[in-house]
Amino acid sequence: MGLVISFWILAAICILAALGVIFLRNVFRAALSLILCFLMVAGLYITLSADFLAAVQILVYVGAISVLIILAIMMTREVQRGSPSNRLQIPAFIVAILLLEVLVLTLLKTPWQIATTPPLAPTTTALATRLFGEGGFILPVEIAAVLILSAILGAIVLAREK
Amino acid sequence: MLGLEHYLILSAILFSIGLYGVLSKRNAIIILMCIELMLNAVNITLVAFSRYVVPALLTGQVFAIFVIVVAATEAAVGLAIILAIYRGLEDIDVTKINLLKW
Repeated sequence: MGLVISFWILAAICILAALGVIFLRNVFRAALSLILCFLMVAGLYITLSADFLAAVQILVYVGAISVLIILAIMMTREVQRGSPSNRLQIPAFIVAILLLEVLVLTLLKTPWQIATTPPLAPTTTALATRLFGEGGFILPVEIAAVLILSAILGAIVLAREK
Repeated sequence: MLGLEHYLILSAILFSIGLYGVLSKRNAIIILMCIELMLNAVNITLVAFSRYVVPALLTGQVFAIFVIVVAATEAAVGLAIILAIYRGLEDIDVTKINLLKW
């Protein structure tokens, strides 16, 4: 019962914060609203019993990506100008509503095969076994490391003063 | 009782909000923020499938970790590109960035 109540509270705040990212005039306030949305998503991971992912969400999104976004806002003087819409506002709205309708209708009509077994309680050990163990995801982990290295180098090269 | 559909509908709503922002905003930083929103919606879907369909395998959570990695690198490179464009053009309005347009 507590899980249901917390899900509805988290979902409501999450959607409101996401709407705030779109509709707030001030870019800095939109970034703060995005951070609130990230926090609520971390809470949703906890209701899905994904404790390690909730911690990763808070560390990476709330900690790192939001700092990057706020730093970019500070360095580009876009706060005064606000976040205006372009000419595609009404077509974009129609496309988004149509996509939402198609997605919701499809996922309500699909007979999902729900498993009856309870979820794993602490997921950290199981995730480490899946990532690094036999027959796991060790090659994607190495590729992700290379990807991060190249992204660091690319960001430094792009953002450096000439 | 919470079901898989609750989480899927929530993530569909978040994805649609992000899509609307990406298509209709001018500020490049707002567009990047909306892309992060869409990636978060996809992550919710992956974790919900992992919880309700294959609870013992955790495949969805592994995929969500990789999505988070790609999202972090994308944010870093994207914001560096925005700063480079701002240094050259003094503007990050995407309707005015048309250097590659013929």
